[in-house]
Amino acid sequence: MSDKKKLQEMYRRTVLEHSRHPRNFRRLDAPDRTAEGFNPLCGDKITVYLDLGPESIQTIAFEGTGCAISLASASMMMEAIEGRPLSEAGEIVQRAQAMFRSDAKSPAQSDIEGLQALGGVRAYPSRIKCATLPWKTLQAALNGTTGAGRISTE
Amino acid sequence: MTVAPSKLPVSAEHRGDAFDVDLIRQDFPALNQTVHGYPLAYLDNAASAQRPAAVIDAISHYYSQDHANVHRGVHTLSQRATDAYEAARQKVQQYINAASTCEIVFTSGTTDSINLLAYALGAGIKAGDEIVLSRMEHHSNIVPWQLLCERTGAVLKVVPITERGELEFDTYLSLLGPRTRLVTLAHVSNALGTVNPVADIITAAHEHNVPVLLDGAQAVPHASVDMQELDCDYYSFSGHKMFGPTGIGIFYGKEKLLEKLPPFKGGGEMILAVSFEKTTYNELPYKFEAGTPNIAGAIGLGVAIDYLQDIGMDRIAAYEANLLDYATRAIADVPGVRLIGTAAHKASVISFTVDGIHPHDLGTVLDHQGVAIRTGHHCAMPVMEFFGVPGTARASMAFYNNAADIDQLIEGLRVAIKMFN
Repeated sequence: MSDKKKLQEMYRRTVLEHSRHPRNFRRLDAPDRTAEGFNPLCGDKITVYLDLGPESIQTIAFEGTGCAISLASASMMMEAIEGRPLSEAGEIVQRAQAMFRSDAKSPAQSDIEGLQALGGVRAYPSRIKCATLPWKTLQAALNGTTGAGRISTE
Repeated sequence: MTVAPSKLPVSAEHRGDAFDVDLIRQDFPALNQTVHGYPLAYLDNAASAQRPAAVIDAISHYYSQDHANVHRGVHTLSQRATDAYEAARQKVQQYINAASTCEIVFTSGTTDSINLLAYALGAGIKAGDEIVLSRMEHHSNIVPWQLLCERTGAVLKVVPITERGELEFDTYLSLLGPRTRLVTLAHVSNALGTVNPVADIITAAHEHNVPVLLDGAQAVPHASVDMQELDCDYYSFSGHKMFGPTGIGIFYGKEKLLEKLPPFKGGGEMILAVSFEKTTYNELPYKFEAGTPNIAGAIGLGVAIDYLQDIGMDRIAAYEANLLDYATRAIADVPGVRLIGTAAHKASVISFTVDGIHPHDLGTVLDHQGVAIRTGHHCAMPVMEFFGVPGTARASMAFYNNAADIDQLIEGLRVAIKMFN
């Protein structure tokens, strides 16, 4: 793949659209779960909020600052997670992270709707952490039984 | 006897008074390559500079011909290595005009140098004592002092900065007092490029009998520094930012101050005699150089100094001032750009943000145009917080950069803006 194509592959139109208009970009006032994620290398910060129903994630929202890749990844995560049964959420996080870790030479495969659009990031080792930060933060929120968790990419 | 060559760079013999940047560029092999199909425009010198062939050759020559441990053997190679290592120390002493070679301690870099002082001063610091530093410090001139404060109960006093990225000098003066034990400041800010008024800073501190450490990592690649004229107490810098090797740096201290400091690390080399009852420490500067030092690194640094002095620091400073002026105007002209750090007196470092584009994305797109810049917080998070940005893009220039590098950066910025907006 040419260098230019590789760059276009990472910054696909869908990715840029998500980064400009991230879904569920807001604070939840009294969330059932929350976690903060931080990438000390570039200063990206994200807070994920969860409101839980009896057995599902009723509402997911996030806020923070980040590059186009981390914002788009967080935005896509909102769509992938909202309304899902709690029992599935952890597994979706694992599958998303596995996609980001997969071999950049083969086409990105993901059963999470829209997420393969972020597959281009796999060709940029220094940027994969941008894509995984929201998912790791969500995992921390899912793990935490009460209060706030905090994770770092380093 | 062969020692590491201090041969002149190829271009020097042909160079007149004019500053011929094309000839100088030929001395730096790393500059002669393409990245993603574009000529490399290396504008990340504040993170680490490239090195001239003379430095690379000297290191190679040392390892192929002269290597042995220093100050230990009676054999020929050990003597050669010792001579070359000590010759490098002398070059550093002359380069910064220290009074004596015993004031020049080889360390692994600026961070190591600052940690050395923070540790060695520790025994004399009591709860309530004050260390004065500034908001524009690199993390390496913050964290060692925080650790010292944790150990001793001392407190940090932070000099604020202005919107232009300059020290609030009056506040600095007001922070000096009877509890102040040290002032530790960046000579040049890595994130903003600000050149601080170090002569005035030192004079004011000395009126309170307070010693001053300067973090010179971003200063020595750009201009000559003079320890005796500045009356500087402690100074630190790194080899790799001044066209020498990584893993070598300098800690300078006035002889009478170093004599009073306890050693930082214990081991071989730093002792005269060891018994289980008592160890006698070696004389300066060896008291601070435990273990086998970075001999090749020191030799390489010495050759980098030869190279810089051959061109002349005054000519380098004059050339860079013009280049900074050109680059500042060109970058400021790009729509949506905000310059972070607009001090009256700056080194050739330009931090900036572009509306609607995160610095990290900008860095990736520029890389695809062959332009190497640094993006992020530059290990200066308090500076980023002050300006209300998560990070900046930073183009930092050396004397081998030219207008074409800047034009390539500007073109890359336009491509990025088109892509993201």
